[in-house]
Amino acid sequence: MTRKKSRRMIEGADWTLEGLELADAEIARVARSYGLDCYRHQLEIITAEQMMDAYAAIGMPVYYHHWSFGKHFLETESRYKRGQMGLAYEIVINSDPCIAYLMEENTMAMQALVIAHAAYGHNSFFKGNHLFKQWTSADAIIDYLVFARNYLSDCEERHGLEAVEQLLDACHALSNLGVDRYKRAPPLSLAKEKLRQQEREAYLQTQVNELWKTLPQRENVAAPVSEQRFPEEPEENLLYFIEKHAPLLEPWQREVVRIVRKIGQYFYPQRQTQVMNEGWATYWHYTLLNTLYDEGRVSDGAMLEILQSHTNVVYQPPYNSNWYSGINPYALGFAMWRDIRRISEAPDAEDRAWFPDLAGRDWRENFEFAMHNFKDESFIAQFLSPRLMREFRLFSVQDDDRQTRLQVDAIHDEQGYRELRQKLAEQYNLGNSDPNIQVWNVDVHGDRSLTLRHFVHQRRPLSGQHEAVLEQVARLWGFAVRLEQQDVSGEVRLLAEKKTEKRRQSVV
Amino acid sequence: MTVRIVDRRQDSRNKSSVNRGRFLRRFKGQIRKAVADAIARRGIRDLENGEKIGIPAGDISEPQFHHGRGGMRDTVHPGNDRFSTGDQIERPSGGGAGQGKGKASKDGEGLDDFVFTLTRDEFLDIFFEELALPNLVKRQLARIDEYKRVRAGYTQTGVPTNISIVRTMRGAAGRRIAIGGPYSRELRLLQAELESVLDEVPANEDEVRRLQHEIEVLKAKRQAIPFVDPFDLRFSNRIRVPQPSTQAVMFCVMDVSGSMDEAKKQMAKRFFMLLYLFLNRNYEKIEVVFIRHHTAAEEVDEDAFFHSRETGGTIVSSALKLLRDVIVARYASSLWNIYVAQASDGDNWNEDSPVCRELLSESILPLVQYFAYVEITDGEPQNLWEEYSKLQAGRDGLFAIQRIAQAGDIYPVFRELFRRRMP
Repeated sequence: MTRKKSRRMIEGADWTLEGLELADAEIARVARSYGLDCYRHQLEIITAEQMMDAYAAIGMPVYYHHWSFGKHFLETESRYKRGQMGLAYEIVINSDPCIAYLMEENTMAMQALVIAHAAYGHNSFFKGNHLFKQWTSADAIIDYLVFARNYLSDCEERHGLEAVEQLLDACHALSNLGVDRYKRAPPLSLAKEKLRQQEREAYLQTQVNELWKTLPQRENVAAPVSEQRFPEEPEENLLYFIEKHAPLLEPWQREVVRIVRKIGQYFYPQRQTQVMNEGWATYWHYTLLNTLYDEGRVSDGAMLEILQSHTNVVYQPPYNSNWYSGINPYALGFAMWRDIRRISEAPDAEDRAWFPDLAGRDWRENFEFAMHNFKDESFIAQFLSPRLMREFRLFSVQDDDRQTRLQVDAIHDEQGYRELRQKLAEQYNLGNSDPNIQVWNVDVHGDRSLTLRHFVHQRRPLSGQHEAVLEQVARLWGFAVRLEQQDVSGEVRLLAEKKTEKRRQSVV
Repeated sequence: MTVRIVDRRQDSRNKSSVNRGRFLRRFKGQIRKAVADAIARRGIRDLENGEKIGIPAGDISEPQFHHGRGGMRDTVHPGNDRFSTGDQIERPSGGGAGQGKGKASKDGEGLDDFVFTLTRDEFLDIFFEELALPNLVKRQLARIDEYKRVRAGYTQTGVPTNISIVRTMRGAAGRRIAIGGPYSRELRLLQAELESVLDEVPANEDEVRRLQHEIEVLKAKRQAIPFVDPFDLRFSNRIRVPQPSTQAVMFCVMDVSGSMDEAKKQMAKRFFMLLYLFLNRNYEKIEVVFIRHHTAAEEVDEDAFFHSRETGGTIVSSALKLLRDVIVARYASSLWNIYVAQASDGDNWNEDSPVCRELLSESILPLVQYFAYVEITDGEPQNLWEEYSKLQAGRDGLFAIQRIAQAGDIYPVFRELFRRRMP
């Protein structure tokens, strides 16, 4: 033990710049010894007020302007001022270099916790997980956001605040349906964006016009022209479809749709990996700081403070508690990563039966494998162990609106494990929680109306807001828009229709 | 490699102020309504602080496609303490634990108002938006007793504190180059000559000595050019520009007689406080004269006006006479924009009301820009109202009467009286 000669890395409650540097260096050393692979990072000290600013802009350092961000700011501010909520200790941005915000009022021990959590935990997750690799380009995002903000303020100057605001409203209404779930997005690059943007404007416009060519073609009179559907395959990415095919949008409007879509796509992996990502970061701050404590670099007092905060974060209230609001992703994620290590290092008979691939193998290899290749849904389906289900005392309840009472489907027992795991995994499947709405048809030869179709899953209806959203779709599309609903039996009925007859406002 | 730590605390704090402004702009209608409600509820003194504003959450929701209630869903919960597979549970009612939690808010149903706090400035901006004193004209570029000091270039004389270092040094540098330039050119020539002489073998000693001497002399001359000459000095020049201001005076005339019960007095005071706040905020230079009356009128200061509790019978004309006298004595009408706001319950000694009308039409209305009368009563109009009504014909934009029945009317009436009118 080197306890005697080593320096403590946390001195007193107040943090100093030197203290932060020292803590970061120590944490970096331990992280390296565990083989964590991270982007470079940068720590930024901010005030509570700036933290609220960051909240409003979804944590991004630059963002375009929109009233809804102002609304979120006011909301956060008033809740914070009334003491209804605390602010997060940190925000971390998936960029290269990775940016971690530290709040000035944190104590030194908390800063160390935050550095380990954000700058090493989340950071390595961003770098390693396949979804982030595939969907986001950490080196380009900040540039792209700057591009987006400048482009939008240009638009505001040229076309007026109102016009841009209306357009953004409409795009935001569809932002959760603006994601390619299955296709891979090409990487973002500022240079390329700028270069192509004008070219694209001109080109797109000609393409769209081609689509709406209405002059009858003589030689084809005999052929049944109208049989061909457009789009040939239903399209799940509504914003993409609108960007490419909405007949009346101006080129700059298409570009704005694209910007909202791209940014939405960028955040999609974060929604898909909440449990894994938070669990991973929590696991690593816990492990890194405990290692430092064992080396004698962290005092007992600081460690107690860290643990107190850690335990708050990973607390899972039971279903009948007043504080219960669903499963705490920190708690579940942290427990699962710990469990994977336990299964690797000290498996019992049950683990060997359930996880033959993990049991007894190097835990770091197992970690890397799990971190790289999964998202919440598959991670839970793959790695949630019976032991954890028992520890959490999980049970599944079925709510069927045709029954008067709820029914307990499965609990943490031998018959229930698989079903329980399956159901919990389903809960994290964004495909299930967001309604499945696709572009079904465009009446190319008729009134140019757009038909969306909602494929009903487990008889769940759409919420009452769909009328309002449809109005926004109609605004983008420029002609009538219909929303149909197809239930499991294949029966289709019309849910709502918005008629607009917005002729292109000619530029006078 | 050491980590990069950036201290952002000094950076701009109000990154969101643009977004905040956009939000307020967009929901101005709802916010103004909320502001009006707020004023009906609470004292005006509180207005000087920000105001907590609630607007219906439904109005400002951002709609998206979500699932609504109904259908079939499975949810996994932690902390099982009593259930076995196959158990039936009563559906929890309302927002209890269990299904549907978190969905309610997405439906946009059953949400509380969206509550936030406006800063004092934001609040008052909205509060007094589109209000103005009517008929405010520059009767005369009033007494010039205000000067503003503005920059006006540079001068060559002045006091040392006003020296403009940059300008002075720039001038000095130019002068040094201008004067020293010929010397430098000569110097370069001589030096070149000296080098060529030195290159010769054997060097011409005399020539070298002569050249060296000349170089010395030139260098000394160049040295002698002063670095800064008094001639270079430049002083920032500031001049006084007269600030013409429009002079305006507002007379607040309030009835404090016995018929005005406490509630009515409160309403009158709130009306005047609103007026006072508005004048203070939107007009830098405006005088306010407070007059209160029962059977006799007296001029009082702000504090007494708003806070004293005197009472008695009612003779409105006493106040109008005082008003006229003050105008004549202190506010010669050709120089001043004169405004009057009068509040009363309209209850007057019967024979006095015609006197009031005459006073108004004969001697007061010709002098003033605008006269607003507010009657605070929830019953039938009183005799003063009837008399005043006769005056209205042909005096649009000069004479206005309004009634306030309850506290909620104060702000709308105020807005109506001082609405910005298109000229």
